[in-house]
Amino acid sequence: MNLAIKDIRHGLFRFVLTCLGLGLLMTVVLAMIGIYNGLVADALAVVKAPAADVWVVEAGTQGPFSEASSIPATTRDAVARMPGVAEAGAITYQTIEASHAGRTLRLYVIGFESGRPGGPQRITEGRGLGRSHFELLAERKTGLAPGETIRLGRDRFTVVGLVEDAMNSGGDPAVYVTLADALTLQTEMDPAAVRVQAARGDGGLRPPTVAAVVAPLQPGADVALLTATVRQWKHLSALSQSEQEQLLLASVVDRARRQIGLFLGILLSVSAVVIALIIYTMTMEKLKQIATLKLIGAPDRTIVGLIVQQALILGISGLGIGLALILLVKDSFPRRVVLEPFNALVLTGIILMVCLVASGLGVRAALKVDPATALGG
Amino acid sequence: MAPGDILVDVRGVAKHYGEGEARVDALRSVDLRVHVGEVIALLGPSGSGKTTLLNVIGCILAPTAGRVELDGDAVFDGKWLRSDLRRLRLDKIGFIFQAHNLLPFLTAEENVSVVLDLAGWPAERGRERARELLDYLEVGHRAKVKPALLSGGEAQRVAIARALANRPRIILADEPTAALGSGRAQLVMDLLRKLASDQKACIIAVTHDEKIFDRFDRLIHLRDGRLVDS
Repeated sequence: MNLAIKDIRHGLFRFVLTCLGLGLLMTVVLAMIGIYNGLVADALAVVKAPAADVWVVEAGTQGPFSEASSIPATTRDAVARMPGVAEAGAITYQTIEASHAGRTLRLYVIGFESGRPGGPQRITEGRGLGRSHFELLAERKTGLAPGETIRLGRDRFTVVGLVEDAMNSGGDPAVYVTLADALTLQTEMDPAAVRVQAARGDGGLRPPTVAAVVAPLQPGADVALLTATVRQWKHLSALSQSEQEQLLLASVVDRARRQIGLFLGILLSVSAVVIALIIYTMTMEKLKQIATLKLIGAPDRTIVGLIVQQALILGISGLGIGLALILLVKDSFPRRVVLEPFNALVLTGIILMVCLVASGLGVRAALKVDPATALGG
Repeated sequence: MAPGDILVDVRGVAKHYGEGEARVDALRSVDLRVHVGEVIALLGPSGSGKTTLLNVIGCILAPTAGRVELDGDAVFDGKWLRSDLRRLRLDKIGFIFQAHNLLPFLTAEENVSVVLDLAGWPAERGRERARELLDYLEVGHRAKVKPALLSGGEAQRVAIARALANRPRIILADEPTAALGSGRAQLVMDLLRKLASDQKACIIAVTHDEKIFDRFDRLIHLRDGRLVDS
């Protein structure tokens, strides 16, 4: 006879309500884990998108994500000719605001050369950029659909395809345009400003600049050697892909990541206290029954089993409800919520541990109960 | 009576709490023998030591001194002689409480069979035995009902069935009829007498209920921790 199950069934409504409450708490914990992961994943997605091995940026900068970087667009040809480089592509990044369908969109514009490294890895809907101008690929979270048009700067662009999971570290969804359009967006000025500049005698053409040149290497090529070679050019610097990722995590998202991590720690601590309190209270309410069980001869393992099983059922049910809820609502969050099976496993381990520790408090109280209290004297 | 007929043999049992000026003597050199089939009442004012004596016989409370034998086995002689007191209670002693103390999350039948489950009976045999006892006590028709829906008399009969489930030979009752009306109290006592006789058991009850005094073979009076007469 399983006393834990019998007791749960006896007070099923209350137990289910408790599980629901715990489930909501677990939903918040899982949401925070997902937001934390999402922040890191979003930040890395934009770095990983070009599938580069080497990033060539302006000398003395940690660009293009940590600091502004500006190098001549012709650098691409120089990098492409280096031994070990498979191909190279120039790339630009800028954040702009645009109006669409009565709302303001904050977009992370990535300019890349079609057919060269720097574009999205996968287009989930529609097609890639087919023309040299005025087409764009939009991240699905922009709300733009293939066929729609949007004005960026002084030109109107047509959405030809959608991509996913492309955002900057601030959560702004990305749009991909051709490098030529991106450079126009960067340098284009209001006609009045152009006239003022011309009047100052500063209307001459400047060579185009890009934020970085990305380059995948040939198999077996030495990344360290290549970056060292690039650094010998005094006006350039080079970072490997892993250095770029580390730099981004350490400088750009580190504070936000630590803040969320700390909040997650507090939330887990609160959850542990709440679970402990629920289990302890559940046990305290049963002390008279536990005394009766002891008096009629129930061994300690029966008492311990009653408390521990209920604690584990409570914890697992709460976690199950939490998982189900977060999976239902995670796509409604404005920023990406990334939950990996590993996260659920670790949280399950933590919750089971908390339940066991919490039930330990209840078990301690239960084992101390004098069976004589059942007799009332 | 033959020595084998003695189910409870308490000799020179004393129990005190505290030391020095704070010392309270709950029991002072109590001697008591209870035989097979006997139904005895422990009487006395509050604080006279009735419940303490019941707890000592029930192996819940260790006396300060003395010797206790239950069903021919020495269980206390200056110290507990057995480490598995709960198993001893399960096998030899049945408890009936003033407020029946049925487990609220179990049905009447489960409240009885839980004892047999703890004693290691197979589940099916345990259920059969529980039904048998409940039928015997005329509450078989309420076997699937939870305690909250039982009347006071029904709940007390289920509690009696639980106390008897593992065929203990010593039944300890703490105010077994306190929650019952006069007529029902006498019926319960008659039932306990019959059970004691049928199962070759003895019953020791703490009671203040004068209406049922005539149902006992002996009335044991305690005052200030001593037996005053019997």
